[in-house]
Order: sequence, then C-alpha cells, then structure tokens
Amino acid sequence: MTNKTPRNKAGVSRRTVTAGLGALGLTAGLAPFNIARAAGPLKVGVLLPRSGYQAGIGQDCQRGVDIAAGILKDLGYPELEIVNADTETNVDVARSRAEKLIGEGAQLLVGAFDSGQSSAIAQVAEQKGIPFVINIAAAPPITEQGYKFVFRNFPTAGMILRDAFVDQKEVFELTGASPKTAVFMHVNDTFGTAMAGGIGAVMPKFNMPYKILETIPYDPAARDLSVELAKAKATGAEILLMVSRLNDAILLTREMVKQRWTPTSVMSMGPGWYEDQYLKTLGKLSDGPISYVPWYDPNKKLSKTLETALAKSSPGVNLNTNHVYTFEALLVAADAYKRAGSTDPKALADAIRKTDIKDNSSIGPGISFDAKGQNDKIVGGAIQNRDGKLVTVAPKSAANAKPEWPLKPYNQRS
Amino acid sequence: MPFDIYLNVAVGGILTGLVYGLMALGLSVIFGVVRVVNFAHGEMMTVAMYIAVTLFSAFHLDPLVMLVPIAAVLGVFGYALQAGLINPFITRPEHSQFLLLVAVAIILVNVLLIVFGPDAKNVQVSYAYDSFQIGPLIVDATKAYAALAALVVAAALFCFFQYTTLGTAIRACADNYTGALVVGLDVKHLYALTFALGSACVGAAGVMLALIVDVTPSLGPAYTLLAFIIVITGGLGSMPGALLGGVMIGLTEALAGLLFTPSAKSMFSFAILVLVLLFRPQGILGKKVA
Repeated sequence: MTNKTPRNKAGVSRRTVTAGLGALGLTAGLAPFNIARAAGPLKVGVLLPRSGYQAGIGQDCQRGVDIAAGILKDLGYPELEIVNADTETNVDVARSRAEKLIGEGAQLLVGAFDSGQSSAIAQVAEQKGIPFVINIAAAPPITEQGYKFVFRNFPTAGMILRDAFVDQKEVFELTGASPKTAVFMHVNDTFGTAMAGGIGAVMPKFNMPYKILETIPYDPAARDLSVELAKAKATGAEILLMVSRLNDAILLTREMVKQRWTPTSVMSMGPGWYEDQYLKTLGKLSDGPISYVPWYDPNKKLSKTLETALAKSSPGVNLNTNHVYTFEALLVAADAYKRAGSTDPKALADAIRKTDIKDNSSIGPGISFDAKGQNDKIVGGAIQNRDGKLVTVAPKSAANAKPEWPLKPYNQRS
Repeated sequence: MPFDIYLNVAVGGILTGLVYGLMALGLSVIFGVVRVVNFAHGEMMTVAMYIAVTLFSAFHLDPLVMLVPIAAVLGVFGYALQAGLINPFITRPEHSQFLLLVAVAIILVNVLLIVFGPDAKNVQVSYAYDSFQIGPLIVDATKAYAALAALVVAAALFCFFQYTTLGTAIRACADNYTGALVVGLDVKHLYALTFALGSACVGAAGVMLALIVDVTPSLGPAYTLLAFIIVITGGLGSMPGALLGGVMIGLTEALAGLLFTPSAKSMFSFAILVLVLLFRPQGILGKKVA
C-alpha cells in the first residue's frame, strides 16, 4: 500500500530534496566561475575616423591602440577587450556607431580625434550612462555641458593656444627672432573654428611681437588649396600661422613650393605638420615647421616605453600626439577598471573622476580630472620637423633640441 | 591685392577647369547618346586615379605616358558595364537605372577601400613641384600638362564623332533610336561603345587629376556631383558645353575663393547652377527639347 500524503502530492520527495540540494551545491560551486566571467576584460569601444578625409590621422591613432595591450599588461593593469568602430569622419556616423557599440555591450568608449564627432559621442555616452574618455578633441564646450560620464585627457582650444603663445615666446627668445606679421589659415571645422575664436580672445593677453594681417578659413576636405595659399602669399606676411589637418597640411606645403613662397616660419597649432604621413610624403620639404601642440615628454619613462613598442609594431613611424593621447585614454580606462573592480558604468565613471596617474607620457604633471571631467594640468610643447624626425624644442623642461630659425627656402632643398 | 595674384589664380582656375571639363565630357557623351545618367562617374575616375598611382609606385610609369593605356582599360570596363549590366535596364524606368548605377558606385568605393585602404595616395613625378614663371605669372606645371592633355583628348573625341563612320553611327543612335534600328545599326553595340568612350574620357581625366590631387576611395561622390554641376551648366549632351562648363566652374571657384572667402567657393558653383536652371534650363550650349 502506498502512503500518499499531501506532501507527496506536491511532488516534494526525499529524491527531490536531494536533487535540489545537489543543484544548490552545484550553483554554489560554480559561483566563483560566474564572478570570474563578470570580472573579465573591460569591453572598450574605440571610435576613430578610419575612413573619410581624416582617415590618415584615424589610422595613426589606431597605432596607439595597437601598442596598448602589451604595455598595460606590463604595467599590471587588467586586460581590455577592444572593439573598433569607424566614424567615417562624419558626425552622424560617429553618433550611430557609438549607439551601436553600447548596444553590443561596450562598457566604456574612447575616441574620437575630432571635436564634432566627439561631441556627438559624448551626447550618446551621457544619455546611456556609459563612460567616454576622449583621446583627442579640443573644442571647449564638450566638457562645459555638465556631463557626468565624459572625460577628456586632452587640452581645450584655450589651453592649446595659451601654451602655444608661451612656447612661441620661448622659441623667439632662443632664436632671437622677432616676426612682425603673420597670416592665419585655419580649417573651418569645429576644432578650427574654436581655435580661431580662441586666438582672438587669448592672443592680446600675451603681447606677441607679430600681428595677424589676415585670417583665411578653408574647407578641411578641400582638394585644391592653391587659391587659399595665393591669398596668404599676397599678404606679404613673415610667418604662416596654421590650424589644419593632415591632407591640407600636405596640400599647402606643395602649394608653397609651386608658388615659390617660403615664409620665415610655419607655426602650426594643430595636427597635420608633425604627422608621419606628412614627413614621408614630403621628404626634405617637410623639414622646418614648428608645431605648438599637445605633445609627449621625451624624457619620461613611459614615453621611452611607447617609443620602443611603436618601433616594434610600426617600424619607421615616429611617436606622436595621436599615439600618446590614444594610448593614455586606454590607460585611463584600464586604471579606472583596476580601481573600480567592476564594469558597472557608474563605478567606472567614479573611478575615472578620481584618476591620479603620475607616470604618464604627455607633458605635464600627470593625469587627473577636474569637476568637469577635464584634465586641466596638461602642458603643450613645441615640436620641429628635422630630417624626417621630430624634436621637442620647448618648453625647456621637456626639450631635447634647440629650435632652428628661419625656414630653409623650399627651392634650396635637394 | 596685387593684380598678378588675380592673374595667377584665374589661370590656375582655367587649367583645373579644363580637366574638370574632360571629366564631365565623359558624362555628357554617355547621357547624350545612351540617355543613361552615370551616377558612378566620379567613382570610375577614382579607379583610373588608383591605376595611375599604382603603376607609378610599382613601375615608376609617368601618368602622362600611361594616359592612353589607362583610358583604354577604363574604356573596356565601360563597354563591359554597358553591355553586361546597363543594356538590360535601357528600357526600364529611370529610377531603376539610377539605383543600378548608384549601387555600382557604392561597390566601387568599397572595393577601393578594401584594396587600397583609406589613406590618401599620390603620384610624386619629378615635375610635381615645377612651375613656369612668365613675367608675374607663375603657372603650376602639372596643371598645365594636365590641361593640355585634356584639350588634346577632347579634340580627338570631337574629331571621332564628326569625321568617322562609327562616330556618325553613334550620333545617329542618339538622334533617332528607332531610325537607327530600322537602318540596321547594332544599337546595343553602339551604346556599349559610347559608354566605353565616355569611360575612357573619365579615365583620361582621372590620370591627369592624379597629378593634381591626392586620391582616396571617398573622392568619387564629390567628383560625380561636380561633373553633374558642369554638364548641367554647360548643357547635358553637349560636348563643347561640358568643356565650357568645366572652365566656368574652375574659374568661378578660383576667383570666388580669392575675392570672397575660400571656404565658400563651392557655393558659387551651385549659384551658377541655380541661375542656369532658372534662366536656361537646357544649359548654356544645350539644345532645347521640344
């Protein structure tokens, strides 16, 4: 006779209890593995302009990503899982790619070289509550919006200009030069326009020896800049002041040669003139321009590590701002992940806010962020192209060469 | 501003405009006969530019020397494209043709991106930085050679259409499709031949443009748009109109850049286009359709 109690009817027998306990034990036994999976690599979406007219620079920034894994591991940081995305040098594409990366599980975003594209990504990151570490973008408004998830380890346009004028004065002092006139050419994108606006506001405070005779804005995607350069040449200015990108820097140099004009100096306050592609494409014609830009301190230990790693991964390529600041953005991400011990976006953002990295590569005391998410301690440098290499000529604390002045005439270079 | 600056800029604009004109000539020839608007025009020119760049970097072959062979390659590509892909669409609605050629354009851009990557590439010929000085005038040597070659190619094309039997047959197809069929002309073959000629034109323009500008896969769409502005300004289907349109746009952009702001120079091209569409919709040298 079978004893059917209500408990038996409910299906809870000794066998069920044993199975239940077994399952519980199995779950408990597996729990450490689940935790291990959650604490795996931090999924970082890297957004860069890998195609379009900024493709050259986007690809150059990628070199900073390529060398990051090995160096971060050696420095004792946790592993990052990098997911690459192409903004196609387009603000709308940048926005949609950021949304897609977050949708695919990216826990932190890095990018995007350009101010317009970075602004679009910042809006998405803030809306979705995912930390965004900007590698390169200088337009001030990005960190003036009160965003809680956006951080920038790169100077704003105002900071770049402030340091540029300080370094220019140092170069003038070292060379004994005192130019009286300049013509200012700039790309009319978000970055170029912000820099142009900043020059008007910042320059009077520095009592520079030269005055700007004319300002010539131009399209960054222009295929021919002969008219723009003819206009600059016609001003008769001593120095050419530039805020450009890569392709236009190459085009303008070619036009200077063809139109037989060598200014006393080309002083750039943006990318282009120090890029590897600029040096390789133009050879001897690339020598001479001085770029007053955010740079790395060649005397810092991490800079030497980066130089060695880059020489191995991309032989013949000079370390530059694109590599250093893209690497440092990943360094910030890895450092925050290590301290947060979690992929929770809020915990990561809180950790980034408390960043205090002293052993970095860029010029200045290190990486930390103010209440707005801006590293306000970065210092700019002055870099001169010399025989296909780049030397730092100012500030004194980071210099490894003396500046050469004036620019050697283009028609006298063999 | 000194007068010689105006002179230099104007001459530069005319020389660049002549190359633009040759590029647009290809589009005009194809539309004038086949009545198909080639939306992959700029992309085909980019292909020619890449061929020129590759031949130069691999074998140091000067683009000007390779002009005819590369134009021939583009001609064969154009023939195959018309005979194999476009001919079945001739009698279909225009939007089908439009989508087909836009698809071809997108495929070309992406194939170039896969093969050559996104970096800008250029041809560093020995005369890349040369210029001629004639009094106050400084003329860019590469632009001068390219413009001269554009004039020669345009003249050869004009002679072909005017003085050869084949050219006359193609013009017959353009004038009266049914009539051409009735007299026994192989219209599909002639259409493919016309597309080949138009493609060869754009191939030649691409080779010359490779001397003037750096090439990237994304260059095509901008030049397709430019070709449209030129042929609509000059007159769709008109060969002299395409050249005239090219020179007009080149000159206008150059002078507008000098007199106003360089970043707004494209605006003036579009302004000309709007004016032409308003007051002479058939284009400056185009024929009015009854």
